[in-house]
Amino acid sequence: MKLLEVQNMTTYYKLKEGYVRACENISLHLEQGEALGLVGESASGKTTAALSLIKLLPENAQVMGGSIRINNRDIAGASEEELRSIRWKEIAIIFQGAMNALNPVRRIGAQIVEALRIHEKMTEKEACYRAAELFEKVEIDPARVREYPHEFSGGMRQRAMIAMAIACSPKIVIGDEPTTALDVMVQAQVLQLLEQLRRERQMGMILITHDLSVVGETCDRVAVMYAGRIVESGLTETVFEKPAHPYTQALIAAFPNIEGERYLASSIPGNPPNLLYPPAGCRFHERCGQAYARCSEEEPLAVELSNRHNASCHLLQGRVRI
Amino acid sequence: MNHNSNNHSLLSVSGLEVHFAVRTGFLTSLISKNDSLVRAVDGLGFSLGRGEILCLAGESGSGKTTTGKAILRLIEPTGGEVLFKDEDVCRFNRSKLRKFRQEAQIIFQDPYESLNPRQTVFATVAEPLEVNRICHSIKEKEERVEEALCDAGLSNPRELFIRYPHELSGGQRQRLAIASALVLKPKFIVADEPVSMLDLSIRAGILKLMVDLRDNKGISYLFITHDLSLAWLVSDRIAIMYLGKIVELGDADAVIKSPMHPYTKALVSVIPVPKRISLIGKTLLKGETPDPINIPAGCRFHPRCPEVQPRCRVEEPFYREAEPGRFGACHFI
Amino acid sequence: MSYLFAKKDSLILWKKNLVSFWSIYRQNTMGLIGLFILIFFALMAIFAPYLVTITTMVVDGVTQVLHPPVKGFWLGTDDLGKDIFAGVIIGSRVSLLVGVAATAISMGIGTVIGIVSGFYGKTVDAFLMRFTDVFLVIPWLPLMLVMAALLGPSLGNIILVIGITSWAGTARIIRSQTLSIKERPYVERARAIGSGDTHIMYYHILPNVFPLIFANTVLVAAIAILSETTLSFLGMGDPTQVTWGMMLHFAFSMGAVSFGAWWWLLPPGICVVLVVLSFTFIGYALDEVLNPKLRRRDQ
Repeated sequence: MKLLEVQNMTTYYKLKEGYVRACENISLHLEQGEALGLVGESASGKTTAALSLIKLLPENAQVMGGSIRINNRDIAGASEEELRSIRWKEIAIIFQGAMNALNPVRRIGAQIVEALRIHEKMTEKEACYRAAELFEKVEIDPARVREYPHEFSGGMRQRAMIAMAIACSPKIVIGDEPTTALDVMVQAQVLQLLEQLRRERQMGMILITHDLSVVGETCDRVAVMYAGRIVESGLTETVFEKPAHPYTQALIAAFPNIEGERYLASSIPGNPPNLLYPPAGCRFHERCGQAYARCSEEEPLAVELSNRHNASCHLLQGRVRI
Repeated sequence: MNHNSNNHSLLSVSGLEVHFAVRTGFLTSLISKNDSLVRAVDGLGFSLGRGEILCLAGESGSGKTTTGKAILRLIEPTGGEVLFKDEDVCRFNRSKLRKFRQEAQIIFQDPYESLNPRQTVFATVAEPLEVNRICHSIKEKEERVEEALCDAGLSNPRELFIRYPHELSGGQRQRLAIASALVLKPKFIVADEPVSMLDLSIRAGILKLMVDLRDNKGISYLFITHDLSLAWLVSDRIAIMYLGKIVELGDADAVIKSPMHPYTKALVSVIPVPKRISLIGKTLLKGETPDPINIPAGCRFHPRCPEVQPRCRVEEPFYREAEPGRFGACHFI
Repeated sequence: MSYLFAKKDSLILWKKNLVSFWSIYRQNTMGLIGLFILIFFALMAIFAPYLVTITTMVVDGVTQVLHPPVKGFWLGTDDLGKDIFAGVIIGSRVSLLVGVAATAISMGIGTVIGIVSGFYGKTVDAFLMRFTDVFLVIPWLPLMLVMAALLGPSLGNIILVIGITSWAGTARIIRSQTLSIKERPYVERARAIGSGDTHIMYYHILPNVFPLIFANTVLVAAIAILSETTLSFLGMGDPTQVTWGMMLHFAFSMGAVSFGAWWWLLPPGICVVLVVLSFTFIGYALDEVLNPKLRRRDQ
């Protein structure tokens, strides 16, 4: 049984001018203990997709359709009450810029205790004990529970956020750009920690990032998003070795490979489309070097290329495996 | 110590220091006579040849940005000398400094904040000409601006004249910033993390532009970055900085493929490659770069060094040429 | 910025900026009401002499003093039989003129001191700010009264007095905005291309402080008009000029209250209130319009 299964989820934002189609027909799944990377550039819809799972969206957002099943329980239509019990206990999120999301005038320990006591029935003492335990788990000296956020470095604050996220032992953790703005070494440390925790606790993890390198180091599977749609998904090795969608190919070509030749790939021309008025047909066709007539008329459907490797591109029609 | 075997050196830095005094609290200042000193740049030297791209690489707190700005005297160095075409920039008076600024330019990291939002594209690129009283007619100005915008890879420059920065995309804004640096026809550009705030798919274009400008116009670059793989792609030589000093300097390929200094080795070990590589079991450096206020005694890297020896805790290693063209500061290279 | 362009381009830019400003401004109801009222009074002030002249109401050779409103004398007469309606209209000229002129002086001084102080910092800042503090701390009404008494009750002096007593608050606000703009990368870039201090202050700091100035100016104008009214009401104004404040002054001192001559007391007061209100509304609207624009970032 899959831990998380999302089918055809669509989320729009309502603006005065119309609907922004932030994500359309998102289908993904997650097994227990597996890490899925959601890769895309700014405005690709990846954050919206993740936040839609637990409906932590701004007021003008509407999840228009699709099913979201956690352990076979459909929460797409769940009420706010139900969602509140799911958030943090079953699915936890580490937000982007989380290290700056800590309240600067309260001790870090107190903030974790607060989160614990909201979700689980614990006395203050028990919660404090648990907070110290969690700090040990994320490799921070438990005595530092009494310190304030400004006394922690960026990397340590991020670990504190991770501690908060795993506090209620969730089944799924969503990390939204958990390592942006951290130094390379600290980034590696934090990612190593996340992977360790994931394996120990058999948590499912969805890692949202614009940085392919993060995906390579932590995710078993990857889904590439462009303009609100998933254009390719599969095992990380497969997607890296044999990218099928032109966008993925361009992203991988732009990834500097110190084991290969010194080669500066060219940029993808143009800009991501305005999701208020998305282009007809394939959303990538205006920037695609390999587009042909059909691409501007018809949206490509997902094609299964090999085991668990899908991509949506007309050019792949000939390679369909029935 | 710096080497000067390259007699085509455009820029030659030696013993550069940038120290900031930090005021301690009132009571503390009554008790102790010391102001704490932030030794952001603590004695470094290198040379840059004509048409060369030298990368200053390091994490935050390494002093790389401060070095770049100190060379241009946007931050005043507190010690050392910076020889540009054999003249010491640190001793320049106002008019010489102005002339220097025409030949040495800078590109900033943030394409959103480094442009005045109330200046049009034309005004932004024409400003350097105006400030240095270079052109005498509007027509001449317009031509120079158009040329600079073209050189920076912006198409239809004339149509862009009356646009404002917020109407352009991130990549276009960075090109605009580059154009405004190019309009003075500089010989040397300090590029401070020029692509770190841009989307991945746009970075390559900007980097390519920089390299093309070097190939076509012979502009030298001091390329500052924290991303070693980018450094490897673009630079001729790489200098690795840690806590205000250069710990290793050499040919880009050599530094990345066969690093000498333990810090470089650690950094290189975490450079990602497009493969599925688990981090479990990988030995990573512990801890984070300490504050430049509390620089460790002896070798400044010793608290985190996986190859530390007793000697490292007391004696600071000299920066020296370990092999021809390869410099480092470690007792064991 | 027009020095950097051919004339035709700067016109296009002006239009462009105006259009984008207006499209946001006109969505603000308060701002529109304020603007409407202000335009109404501005027109009144500009065309005043062509609209009315102050005549005296004489019936059968007897001057009709304190006569209630009647046809032809829509707001009745004052203690000398003069037409109050015309007085109100003519009075708008001076009231608005003083407001605008005093505001110009106040903003001029405040902006220069604010920017110079914020930009240079250290000793210059310390010195200028202590100087500003003096003007901030002294209560403005007694200061105004003293200066008005010393300088004498002419229109020019009134304008000067109001200008001098109201620049301090503006200076503080502009100084703190300057401090923050000074740290922006584009100011550092301006240095890197060889700009001198004056150039940076004029071309980089001032235009980015401008939205703040604009919103603040409007509020200072409101205060200036109120100040003139206050001074005139208290008898420090120029008695030869017809202003709303003077009308109120004479109304009170000539016993309009005990007589019940509401037609003399209310109109000038209501006009002052309306004008000040209009400036305030516009000020609020400007705040909303100009701030989000500064913060907007496009992808």
